[in-house]
Amino acid sequence: MKNKRRVISFGILALSLVLIGIGVGNGEHLEVLQKAVMVCLECIGIG
Amino acid sequence: MSGMHRNRLKRLSFQRICQVAFAVLINGYVVGFQKGKIYTGKSKALCVPVLNCYSCPGALGACPIGSLQTVLGARGHHIPFYVLGMLMLVGILIGRAACGLLCPFGLVQDLLHKIPVPKIKVPLKIDKPARYLKYGILLVTVLLLPLFAADKTGIAPPYFCKYICPAGTLEGGIPLLLANETLRRAAGALFTWKLLVLLVIVFASVCIHRPFCRYLCPLGAFYALFQRFSFYQLRLDKEKCVDCKQCERSCPMAVEVTRNINSPECIRCGKCKAVCPVGAISSGKVGRES
Repeated sequence: MKNKRRVISFGILALSLVLIGIGVGNGEHLEVLQKAVMVCLECIGIG
Repeated sequence: MSGMHRNRLKRLSFQRICQVAFAVLINGYVVGFQKGKIYTGKSKALCVPVLNCYSCPGALGACPIGSLQTVLGARGHHIPFYVLGMLMLVGILIGRAACGLLCPFGLVQDLLHKIPVPKIKVPLKIDKPARYLKYGILLVTVLLLPLFAADKTGIAPPYFCKYICPAGTLEGGIPLLLANETLRRAAGALFTWKLLVLLVIVFASVCIHRPFCRYLCPLGAFYALFQRFSFYQLRLDKEKCVDCKQCERSCPMAVEVTRNINSPECIRCGKCKAVCPVGAISSGKVGRES
């Protein structure tokens, strides 16, 4: 049981790293940057 | 001072030190508060592991929930690999310890709850089903609406941020509007609505411990999915446990510690560990004693 949980944990860890790698490869971090450097009017309640 | 009391103080201050240090670390652009402008450096490509608005004048990183909605709601609606990966990484490493030890909005709620007024214990028949609300908010406002409810331009607004998020109002809206005349003039009905949501959560926080984390936070809901498998875990030694229930009485999230110490509702603040009179609760990496 503990081993199974450990396998799942390491599996999710590996998957998360792969997803980050794919995302960075696709330039998604730049999309996040583009949004984050401008005032998000919806977030602050302007519209 | 008794050993137990000393230990309790040590643990509580450890949590508070973590919360304050992290809040300062991710909101360190002090000039932004003076000028009413936000930071525009490259560190904003990195998602912080907590609910911290990227329109907070001091914010040095991006809000993961806002980023998730932005990528999902963009034209083309592609899978947000990067943001999902970042969230899963935090979830699998520490689970909801991010809520208990790092989140600035959690710190705000903790401090509000210290105001000495009579506290409310939410009846179980309301509390238990209400806790599922945060999963609904995650599914509907963060995932589904940005995917399927785009406007005329083909871009979906960040629905959670726009209509619910009180952190955006507190950390972004209020400081920016105070310092920026143009934004102040543009504020209308939506800002009034968001201010109302914030006020309800502020007043609720005084009487109920962390109501936003319990019932509404989509980020907490996401991390809760990984709680059972995260590397950082709490452990209860049932042989040492004297069943005094002090842990359960002290738990800010009303977790049944002796039944399910790694419950998805646990924010791993360490209060149960600190008050245990026999040291039956420990924490650390899976498979290791601390």
